[in-house]
Amino acid sequence: MKFLCIDCDSQMTFDERQQPGDGTFTASFTCPRCGRRVAMLANPMETQLVSTLGVEIGGRTLDEQPLEFTRSAVAGRDDAFVDEHSLNASRAPRPSWSGDAEARLAKVPSFVRGMVKKIYSDYARERSIPEITPDVMDRAREELGLEGM
Amino acid sequence: MGPVTHRTYFELGDDDRSALGEQVGRQRARVVDRLREVKRVVAVISGKGGVGKSFVTAALARSLVRREAQIGVLDADLQSPTVARLLGAAGPLHVTDDAVAPALGTDGVRVVSTDLLLDDGRPLTWRSGAGESHVWRGAAESSVLREFLADVAWGALDVLFIDMPPDAGRLTDLATLLPSKLAAIAVTIPSEESARSVHRALTAARDTGVPVVGIIENMSGYACGTCDTIGPLFTGDAGSRLSAAFDVPLLARIPFAPRGGGMTWLPGAVVDAVLHPGNGA
Repeated sequence: MKFLCIDCDSQMTFDERQQPGDGTFTASFTCPRCGRRVAMLANPMETQLVSTLGVEIGGRTLDEQPLEFTRSAVAGRDDAFVDEHSLNASRAPRPSWSGDAEARLAKVPSFVRGMVKKIYSDYARERSIPEITPDVMDRAREELGLEGM
Repeated sequence: MGPVTHRTYFELGDDDRSALGEQVGRQRARVVDRLREVKRVVAVISGKGGVGKSFVTAALARSLVRREAQIGVLDADLQSPTVARLLGAAGPLHVTDDAVAPALGTDGVRVVSTDLLLDDGRPLTWRSGAGESHVWRGAAESSVLREFLADVAWGALDVLFIDMPPDAGRLTDLATLLPSKLAAIAVTIPSEESARSVHRALTAARDTGVPVVGIIENMSGYACGTCDTIGPLFTGDAGSRLSAAFDVPLLARIPFAPRGGGMTWLPGAVVDAVLHPGNGA
């Protein structure tokens, strides 16, 4: 799929894809010459058809996950799948917190501190890290994209 | 404003950022990669329901396991899945980084089926509220089939059986995903009606270029549990006629055995024909 700015006779470049949550999706494009922007708006049926094919307009940004379409599209049992990572994480011992790490966690606003602590704990469990230190927190922030935590 | 003349898709030199064709190509490559250690894929086809196709698939799988072959079964009958239960396989399915482990049947057959995903007694339905499902349902089923092939850790197998739905069209989807390795076994019952439907399925296989290993005639007579004889059940000789019409072997005739219910072991010649096609078995 390509978009052409007819006035400039230039191929428009893909900007971004958005899914507003109402079953539709939007893809926007810009003309590199005149800067004109257009958005392609797909209705729910068209969005579903694209999703069903397992492809993404604008290209894939993440690797396809195992049974990605099946798991998201088939209405079935809640317990049909067990995620080995979650299973291993729940079996792994709870990591300890170093003093420095606890001091840093204390700076997180109290209303989100519990959630942030759980994110770091899960990160450490999944990687069999026995102690959470500021270094571990930095690594988690970088890998998980947790800026500001 | 009059008609506008402008360049067309192939006249635009820059890349198509979506590259949908490449995305589809990667999906197919994933199927090929995943099945690299699978020696052959055998679709069990019929062209009609009610001939015992899943029963025969389970019998084939278990008979080959008895010969110490590594066997997988993919239930492609997404709407009416039954083979997982026949093989004693149950969920949940375990998800790892890049694959889903198949369930194991009681004989060690590796199984994946929508039966493992659906609530008991519930049909296959989709989460989407998009409507117009007749437009995308076929594509959705093809995607599930593709993911069952590409995303399940089948490992090294001698044979991956695919229990096909009754309609002949799904074999074309499968042949597109697996241009090599794919063969078929047709299951019929003796009746004229079955002969006509299975004839269509065999024609579809031939037209798609899928080689047919042979035909199995199921419910071929009634095995009396008390007097040890086989009496008539259906009129007709579909197995022989289809074998002659398509010049493929009639591999076995399986009588209906109500007391045998659990399992039928297929003759060694059938096992050989599946494991070593082309050896004249």
